[in-house]
Amino acid sequence: MAKLYSKKNLVPTQMKPKKEVISFLLNYSKALYIIKVADNSFEIITN
Amino acid sequence: MIANIQIPDALLVQDYVAGNEDALATLIKRHESKIYGFIYSKVSDRDVSNDIFQDTFIKVINTLKSNSYNEEGKFLPWVMRIAHNLVIDYFRKNKKMPLYRETEEFSVFSIITDDSLTIENKLIADQVELDIRKLIEELPEDQKEVLIMRMYKDMSFKEISEITGVSINTSLGRMRYALMNLRKVIDKHQIILTN
Repeated sequence: MAKLYSKKNLVPTQMKPKKEVISFLLNYSKALYIIKVADNSFEIITN
Repeated sequence: MIANIQIPDALLVQDYVAGNEDALATLIKRHESKIYGFIYSKVSDRDVSNDIFQDTFIKVINTLKSNSYNEEGKFLPWVMRIAHNLVIDYFRKNKKMPLYRETEEFSVFSIITDDSLTIENKLIADQVELDIRKLIEELPEDQKEVLIMRMYKDMSFKEISEITGVSINTSLGRMRYALMNLRKVIDKHQIILTN
């Protein structure tokens, strides 16, 4: 069988982050409330 | 899915800012491979890429939720810029102790070498050291004194001049003559002092 000498592509074309990361981000977004009072902003994360 | 593609990013951002959490999911799904691929192309580590991807979107979420985002640029270039900055931060943090992982095309041993001497080289180094000591012993007393203080005791010429009671220039001169005399003896007897 012929040997392939071409370089193996180290970065696959379709790379995606872990499902856990996406899930965390969506939950974080749902839980996050930012309240602005005058010049200050308060971040509140609800459970 | 088709409906999602048709909605522009700017509109999804507006929706999200207005409280529609699904808009964020659509935005992430639409751009995740581009952003993650970009990060991975820089750091070449899946775990680190996931961390940076997460940090990138935490910044995106915070900015959007605090209404600090203005739609001057496009959404994707903006997120890419955040990711790029976080990649730079990652490399800055790891500058002192970079992490190398072995891949098919990269062996860690190509950058890690054992600089310590082999037994044979150590024996040679010890012999050279001994020879130099013997040669130094042959020098005139004043030159030997300066050379030992400078090379073995790591003293400055100022300190040497204070201890020996001569000027700095005299100390420098003695050091110069000591080295010249050593060279002369080495050349004359063709002594090899290399490891």
